[in-house]
Amino acid sequence: MAKKVKIEVPEQYQVRLSMSASPHIRSSEDVPRVMLDVLIALTPAILGAVYYFRFKALSVMLACIIAAVATEFICSKWLFGKRVMIDDWSAVLAGILLAFCLPPGIPIWAAAIGGFCAVFFGKMLFGGLGQNIFNPALVGRAILLASWPVSMTTWEQPIDGVTMATPLGIIKEGLADVVPPTYFDLLTGNVAGSLGETSAVLLLIGAVYLFYRKIITWHVPFTFIAVVLVGSAFAGRDPVYELLSGGLILGAFFMATDMVTSPVTPLGRILFGAGCGLLTFIIRNFGGYPEGVCYAILIMNATVPLIDKYTLPKEFGQKGRKAK
Amino acid sequence: MKLTRFHGGVHPSENKLTSDKKTEIMPAPAKAIFPVSQHIGAPAKPIVNIGDHVLRGQVVAEPGGFVSVPIHSSISGEVIGIGEFPHPLGRPVTAIVVENDGKDEHADFEEIDPSTLTPDEMKKRIQAGGIVGMGGATFPTHVKLSPPEGKKIDAVILNGAECEPYLTSDHRVMLEEADRILAGLQLLMKILNIENGYIGIENNKPDAIAHLTEKAGRMKGIHVLGIKVRYPQGSEKHLIKTILDREIPPGGLPMDVGVVVQNIGTAAAVFDAVVNGKPMMERVVTVTGSAIKNPKNLLVRLGTPFYEVIDFAGGLTDDAGKVIMGGPMMGIAQYTLNVPVIKGTSGILALNKKDVDATKPRACIRCARCVDSCPMNLMPNELVTAVDNKDWELAEKLGILSCIECGSCAYSCVGKRPIVQILKYGKAETMKAKRKREEAAKK
Repeated sequence: MAKKVKIEVPEQYQVRLSMSASPHIRSSEDVPRVMLDVLIALTPAILGAVYYFRFKALSVMLACIIAAVATEFICSKWLFGKRVMIDDWSAVLAGILLAFCLPPGIPIWAAAIGGFCAVFFGKMLFGGLGQNIFNPALVGRAILLASWPVSMTTWEQPIDGVTMATPLGIIKEGLADVVPPTYFDLLTGNVAGSLGETSAVLLLIGAVYLFYRKIITWHVPFTFIAVVLVGSAFAGRDPVYELLSGGLILGAFFMATDMVTSPVTPLGRILFGAGCGLLTFIIRNFGGYPEGVCYAILIMNATVPLIDKYTLPKEFGQKGRKAK
Repeated sequence: MKLTRFHGGVHPSENKLTSDKKTEIMPAPAKAIFPVSQHIGAPAKPIVNIGDHVLRGQVVAEPGGFVSVPIHSSISGEVIGIGEFPHPLGRPVTAIVVENDGKDEHADFEEIDPSTLTPDEMKKRIQAGGIVGMGGATFPTHVKLSPPEGKKIDAVILNGAECEPYLTSDHRVMLEEADRILAGLQLLMKILNIENGYIGIENNKPDAIAHLTEKAGRMKGIHVLGIKVRYPQGSEKHLIKTILDREIPPGGLPMDVGVVVQNIGTAAAVFDAVVNGKPMMERVVTVTGSAIKNPKNLLVRLGTPFYEVIDFAGGLTDDAGKVIMGGPMMGIAQYTLNVPVIKGTSGILALNKKDVDATKPRACIRCARCVDSCPMNLMPNELVTAVDNKDWELAEKLGILSCIECGSCAYSCVGKRPIVQILKYGKAETMKAKRKREEAAKK
């Protein structure tokens, strides 16, 4: 015999309650915060670029950012019909990072095309944030380098703007009549080069912040740099010079550590970093370009799904019984 | 003793608002609701009819099998309803409703000197007392104490980790009921015929560690251990790993590594059932959260509707947004407040609208925080992709069935993605696909 008795809930307890699966609390970290942290970390180098290259730096960076953000907005809203999420700062970041690997003298329109290519080909065509295989900023740079090789390889000295070869270019071309810059110039960024890759000190300040905020781990940047240093030492090149010149520090701490396009496990990150280092070393020593960081990272980006597959962590308990 | 670290885990704000609040005894409810399913295993079968008069401690539903326990009335009065009622675990469940006659007449509880009992007799009394794990999983205790032939048990661990934020019921039981806990632990050791009993308590409860250490004194084979504060330290698997450095193989149980784990409150209940013949009729519940006016620890009769418990703690604030049974990491959100307190109700947590997480999920940016925080060392990001693609074989290969749903991944996810929800669905579907495959293989 079943009879239904109703348990009346007093009126003050008939509240509209939200329902959802656990967990009911979340950490305060979110995607915009992560992207913003990287931007904060880049700020010293941004200021450095503006100091060394003045209005040129400012206009190139703005062109890249505006093109990148506009591309993402247009793609999401009208082309692919997705939720517009430019508020996550990722397009701004892609723009800045692209600007950082462009020469200061590049025409504004080329920079803008780079920003478009970075986001359109590097990100939106893959399905948007999180889906892309290659680092968008580096995709943009690679396309520009292939399309306008002269503008992309015309470097100038900071402040006075005199045309000048980059430190790595000096070595590559064996320019005997040019005195290579001193370590001090390399550290402070008083050398020819891309907007963001010139000052090692300013970039490292940002890197320290990224470690402090736990945005990056040591695995990728340290193995990346270590392999380049060891390789150069063996090849008879000056490791300190190799470290401080070119895009190694920018690439190792800010590009190769891009979460979307790098492996997720510690072991995977070590393999990835080592691969980046090896390819950079090979391109710098035996390739046609003086600098190889960009292509090294892009090539290693393609191996990430494979690395992830073969570096699956060992599940809890798979080691079996330890003691009995 | 040397302790081991486990991989992963997170450390949310502890928010233990009620640590220092002595357990208050809440008056019996006007009506109590006893669902026949308050444990893992077969539901109990009602043995009373509408109109029957029942006593406090009287059996109102019999065990439905070996992996099942009886349900007792926590009040005396008249059975006024038997039927489906809302249940805090989600789906409505058959329940017996008793209207309180206010007399609190109780059944005869047979006290006994435990030294005269054999282990089997003690286990019978534990089952008859309706004792189940009080940490939330509610596995029948007598079953845990009956390992199959060939499984040698050499240690019992009492779980006093209480790693869920907000909850303090175990903490209070350890401070207020140390004698019952230790007596219960000794009974458990006797039943299993083992030498070593451990009590693991997170270091954020130094008073409980000190109190139990002092009470345990020179009791033979009992070790009280302070352990690192890290969620999910109170998961059986990770408690065993921490204390004994043994890892339960995937799909295995604590008994596979020679261990039985019981919640701290369960040990006290075992003592009541074995020595005093008293069944499980009440438990300590932490009523807490930003939407509770006066957070408290309460000794509540089982079957008391949530709204009465909340009312006793001052009621809800005007901006209450969510009510959860259990802690914020693994607790279950409630849609109505006439669900009863059951054996696994360690807490009632009410959050105000501001604390209710309502962020829209964003894309996964492969930040790997889920991988870093997974205490089972799985790759939640890869599992989610497998589930999205309905690739159940891949999901199984990646270990989805080992997921303990602790929520560390979703807690730390910067995309605020509902990872646990996706994995729960994926686990159920993977099990289905696995069974189908096995059946097909048989044919």
